Formats: sequence, structure tokens, C-alpha cells
Amino acid sequence: MLTANRLVDGDVVYWRAGGWVEAFDQGDVFATDADAEVALQAARKSVAGNVVVNPYLFEVRAEADGIQPVKEREIIRAAGPTVRRDLGKQAHDVSI
Amino acid sequence: MPLIRNGAPTENLFADVADEAPLPAGGAIVSLTRFLADRETLLARNSPLGVRLKAEESPAALGDDVGRLSLVVLEFPKFRDGRAFSWARMLRTRLGFRGEIRATGDFLYDQLAFMTRVGINAFEVSEKITPELFQRALAEMTYVYQPGADGRRTIRALRTGA
Amino acid sequence: MYRYDEFDAAFVRQRVEQFRFQVERRLSGELTEDQFKPLRLMNGLYLQLHAYMLRVAVPYGTLSARQLRMLAHIARKYDKGYGHFTTRQNIQFNWPKLKDVPDILAELATVEMHAIQTSGNCIRNVTADHFAGAAEDEVEDPRPVAEIVRQWSSLHPEFSFLPRKFKIAVSGAAHDRAALKFHDMAVEIVKNEAGETGYRVLVGGGMGRTPYIGYTVGDFVAKPDLLSFLEAVLRVYNEEGRRDNIYKARIKILAHTLGEAEMRRRVAREFAEIKAAGTQQLPAEELARIAAYFAPPPFAALSDEMPVSADKDFFDWTKTNIHKHRAPGYAIATISLKPIGGVPGDARHEQLDALADLLDRYGMAEIRVSHEQNLVLPHVRKKDLPAIFARLKELGLATPNAGLITDIIACPGLDYCDLANARSIPVAQQISERFADLSLQHDIGELKIKISGCINACGHHHAGHIGILGVDKKGVEFYQLQLGGSGAEDASIGEIMGPGFGEHEIVDAVERVVETYLKLRRGSERFLDTYRRVGMEPFRNMAYREQLHAAH
Repeated sequence: MLTANRLVDGDVVYWRAGGWVEAFDQGDVFATDADAEVALQAARKSVAGNVVVNPYLFEVRAEADGIQPVKEREIIRAAGPTVRRDLGKQAHDVSI
Repeated sequence: MPLIRNGAPTENLFADVADEAPLPAGGAIVSLTRFLADRETLLARNSPLGVRLKAEESPAALGDDVGRLSLVVLEFPKFRDGRAFSWARMLRTRLGFRGEIRATGDFLYDQLAFMTRVGINAFEVSEKITPELFQRALAEMTYVYQPGADGRRTIRALRTGA
Repeated sequence: MYRYDEFDAAFVRQRVEQFRFQVERRLSGELTEDQFKPLRLMNGLYLQLHAYMLRVAVPYGTLSARQLRMLAHIARKYDKGYGHFTTRQNIQFNWPKLKDVPDILAELATVEMHAIQTSGNCIRNVTADHFAGAAEDEVEDPRPVAEIVRQWSSLHPEFSFLPRKFKIAVSGAAHDRAALKFHDMAVEIVKNEAGETGYRVLVGGGMGRTPYIGYTVGDFVAKPDLLSFLEAVLRVYNEEGRRDNIYKARIKILAHTLGEAEMRRRVAREFAEIKAAGTQQLPAEELARIAAYFAPPPFAALSDEMPVSADKDFFDWTKTNIHKHRAPGYAIATISLKPIGGVPGDARHEQLDALADLLDRYGMAEIRVSHEQNLVLPHVRKKDLPAIFARLKELGLATPNAGLITDIIACPGLDYCDLANARSIPVAQQISERFADLSLQHDIGELKIKISGCINACGHHHAGHIGILGVDKKGVEFYQLQLGGSGAEDASIGEIMGPGFGEHEIVDAVERVVETYLKLRRGSERFLDTYRRVGMEPFRNMAYREQLHAAH
């Protein structure tokens, strides 16, 4: 999958069909490296357009409860701090 | 590239001369390497001479010859590389250089005030830095805590009326 | 405490407008992220795991009630209701939006606060002994020096694009509570044989990937020469510090590569020149003028007896959280931000507001932030202690664990930080809960645990009696143990024990280390003393015992 931070507010966003969404489970999953690269190239336009910063690809895998990131860092990034379950995306804590 | 000197747009009267190239008539800028190698010839010319320093080259290498130079060019290979700030300071203080210190390379609008205050007085800028924008940069911070080459009184001096 | 005059006030206001222009140019694309990043860092703004993070400066850890209220307001209006106090006496907000930051800074400026140079390759917040002005062993209050250094270093035209960050600490007491020897540069106020007061300047300490203990580069710098001397050190660093390798760019590398003799020689040469030029000399009147801001409150002649309280918890609290004050009838009180099982160093907006009220009610002008992520009330009348304690208890700020094993220092770690390899806060929470029993904590005594979630060592694990470093081992969180570090005047870098422990093993490993200490200690030895006496071997054997059993 492809992720970045939104420039104006720093929110974590995920690539979906040429744009960016806030929820991890709505992001596009790329079956092949080639697909992922194509998306990354397109995402670079978002950078040039000052929408996001630092887009990058990260690995996910199919788990019992759906697609999950492989790395702990991305799990935490998708949800929010593990020590404050009342904050971040995990709490549907919408940006004010 | 446009050249701003002492706050105003100005013509560049110097030619950059590659190490093996023949010297032109008129103002010439040579590398430190060439200066150290061809010192006698260069200083014997009747035309203004400038030396171009890379970020890692300290003006200390110019020694007393500094007084015979019209121009020192300080390269900024990357705006984050802040060595030239100390080189400018060294030129103005330890070496007593009174000629033009010209910045070239990668530096930001946001560094212009700092550069001016360490004694850089000429800037090879991109078209985006108009003379108006240049002045704006210098005016962003009215008060300064440290003494600088631009003659601005420090906050301490203003406080004590010194 | 220091009060801004019209110049300081204009300075921070203009700095805000300067940043506002930078944000506009970034949002419009005129500045790329690569160009903008150093500029926003010089205003304390990071981009972290979930969001931006704003690090607000708390110069030498001193805050007024008015400033506390503003921090509470910022937390409510622009963030998620809390702030985090750091190991450099600053406060961090974890959820600001870029577009709001100029407004946040504008509001902070109205109470003489800012985020200037709290990040970036420049001179950072100048920290100082959090007991300044109150401690018995103080030679001189370090904060006037810290304030002078703060002004000198703010938007210094020559030193704003250093090879890397530059951290300065100041102390004026025999006991080093500012971790001087782990700083890029440090100033210690000392007296010479003639009884004159001057400054010992240290250089080359640091944490991170390659920890170093600093050494003296100026044995006794006369007061008027202070800024000229510090400028000399910075100039040597700016000219010669490495710029080719980010891991070798701190002054600690230069200081130890050149060696003490050569470093002294280079600094001395620059110093002679700068001093002769005269522009950075510090007149006695200026030092006195700044020092006047830090005059302590008038101390009344009060009974030095510790009052009694019906509350047993008060007694427990006084055992660890009350420290001797130089004036009879007064005490220094540590407000622990390490509730059992809590997030170390965090404070909610309600707590900040309530502390502001507490300061006002008891006529206290200031509160301090310590680099151990606690707060300190420097001048408390002993007779007010029971009532203050009662209020702190209501606020959840009365944990009686200052300096004990549950007074843990932890960086934000992988829960918040883009650079982290592992989470640090949950480890701190679990250790805290494991050792919650207060009588056990007292039996163990002074034990400083410091946890970092990555090699950047923001948790200062190298200076922990027990240091824990989070590492990423094939995608799994692992924790390395170090023993025997100290940030005090007896500075030492902790020794790495060996292979790391998994997240489910690390707390047990710490427990076995503590048990080993309890078995081996003699008399009133602290953990650190026992470790220094017996070495790593017995601790290592016990810590890995479970692994050995499992392997068999």
C-alpha cells in the first residue's frame, strides 16, 4: 500500500484510485510491485501539488481479520498511539 | 543570474575563469587552487581579481593577499552547509577584507538576513529574488541580539543606549 | 524570572510573522519540503508518525502561571488536550496542524513563549539545573547565564546552519542536576582558588549512536569573557565539524577526533581573536541586569519543621519528593508526572490550569520542568506543603516516587515518533506497574531507569542506571539493557549487557537485575554503587537465566 502525510494538517493518508483517503482499510492494495510503482509515481504529483509529503510504499498481508500492515510502525500509524486508544484514527477521532 | 550588491541590482563585472583557461582582460574570478598556484601572475595583473572558495576552503588560505583582492566568492553547495557564514565572518574580522563578498549557489531567501549580517554583501540570486523581496528579507527581524557586519545596533546596545 | 522588554517581545512577534510567510510559501509550493524542513525545524515543528509535533521552548525549564495557562489553552484549542514534557525541559504537542502553527506561535508570543530553535541544526534550548535558585549546594543561580546564552544564540547569523544540532546546559551547583557532561557544550559556575566566580566550559558530550562524556575546554573563563569563549567553540565547530556523514556531525566527534589538547588550542586561538575584537564581551552591568530578574522571592523567617498531616500519603510523599531548600522554612517539591502505569511526562490541560491556580494561591511565581520529565516547585513554604499535597493528590500529581524505580524517563517512542524502532511508553508502564508497591520501591531506593525507542537516545538511556534501548529485530520489538550509566557529576555511559530481550521478556529481565542488586548490595549502596562495585557479570548471569532455562 501507499501512504503519506497530508501537508496542511499532517494527517496520515492512504492512496486510493488517484487520491488520498484517511482510513487504512479504504486504501488501495497493490498486488504487484509494478502496480505499486505506478501509484508511487502518480503520488509524486501530489507532492509537487503540495497536497502530501513523503509518500512511500509499505507491505501488507492478509490476516484473519483482513489486510494488515506487516510492520509494527505501520500498524501504529494506521490506528494511533497504542498508549492512548482514545486518540487518533482508532478512536474515529476526527480532525477538528 | 541577477546580482544584488549592497541591496541593489548590479552588473556582474567579473568573469568566472576555469583553472586552465586564459585570463581575460577585466575582472576575473579564479579558484583558490589556481590562485595559490599562479599567485604572482594573478596579482601582477592590472585588473580586479576575485577568488572563489568552495565550502570546505577556508579564507585563511588567502592570508595577507586578501587586501589585494577585490572580490571573494563563497560557494553554497547546499543551503544547509553553513560553513560560508564563518568564512564571511573570518574575511571581515580576522582578515580585515573590505572588498565584495559574493554568495553563489544554493541559498534561500530565508538566509539572506543572516548572510548580510556576517558580511556577505553581494548575492547571485535566482529571478525569484527581486530587489523588493531582498529588502523584505532583511527587514523581517528588526532587532538582533548579536553584533553583525551590517552595523545594526544590538538589542543590548539599544537597551543601554550604548 | 526573566521578563521580556519591548525588544524581546518584538523579536518573537516578528519571528511568528516570518514563519507565517514561510508556511504560506510552503503551502503555495514556492518552497519545497526539502527547503521548508530546516525552516520549520528551527521553529520546533516536526512531522511525526501520526501528525506534526510542535516542541515549545521552556528556557531553562522555568514557567509562570500565566504561561501554564497558555499551554493548557493551546492543548485545548489546537491539540488533543495534553502536552508532553521532555528530557530537555521543553513541552511537546503531538497533534498541531501546519496551518494553525503560526497562530499557535502568535498566542505563545503573548505570554513570552516561542518555539525558536527547539529543533534544527542550530543552538537548541539552553537547559539548567531545575533546582536553580533554591538548592543548598548552589554556588550561583545558573539561569542568568542560561538567559544570556539564550539571547546570544537566538537567530545567531553565523551559527544557524551548523553541521548538526547543538545542545547547551548550565549548572551552578556542586551536584550536577543538568547532565552537563552529556551535552555538546556546558557551562559550570565555579569558584577559583582566589574565591572568584567564573565558568568552567565543557565540550563534546553526547548521547545517540556514539555516546561520549564531555571534557573541559575552558578551565576558568572569567565572567566578561563568557560569550566570546562560547562563540569561539561554536566557530571551531561550524568550520570544522563534519558535514559528510550525519552520524559523525556532532561536536562530540570533532572533540574526540581532535583530542583535548588540539581542541583547546583551536578554541583558544579563536577566543583570543574574538575577545580582542571586543564585540562579545559581557560587561558586569549587563550580567547584573539579567541576574536581577532571577532574584529569589524574599524568604520569610519560618519554622523549619516539617508539618505533620493526618494523611499517611503525605508522609510517604515527603520521603522522596521534598528536597532541602537553602532557606529555612522552605522546601523544593517535585511533582511527579509518573503516575503508576501512566505515560511518563504527560500532563492534561486541566492539570496545567490547576497548577497555575496552585501557583497563584500560594504566591509562587514559577514552576520548573526537569529533564527527568517531572515538574518542580522551587520555593514552597513548608507549612503550605500539606495543603499543596492534598491538591496535587486530587489532580493525580502526587505520586510519591521521585528518584525511585517507577520515576522512569521515556521518550515518546514508536507510539508517536517517526524515528523510533520500538515502543518505549508501554515498557515504562509495565515496569511501573511491576514495581508499584511503595515499600518495595523504598527498599530498592534510588534507581533511574531511562528508556529510548531508538538509537537517537532522546530517552537518555546511556545515562540510566538501567538504560533500555528499543531496537527492531526482524520486525519485532526488542530491548537492549545497559547498566551503570549516570548523568550526574560522576557521569558514566551505561554498559550494554548483551543480546536484547523481547517485549514480553524485558520487564522480567529488569526484575531479575533488580533482584540481583538486592541480593548483592552492601549497606546503603544504591543500585548504581553496587553495579560499579561488582560489575556486569552477576547481573548478566541472572538476566539471561530464563533464556538459559528455556534453551534447555
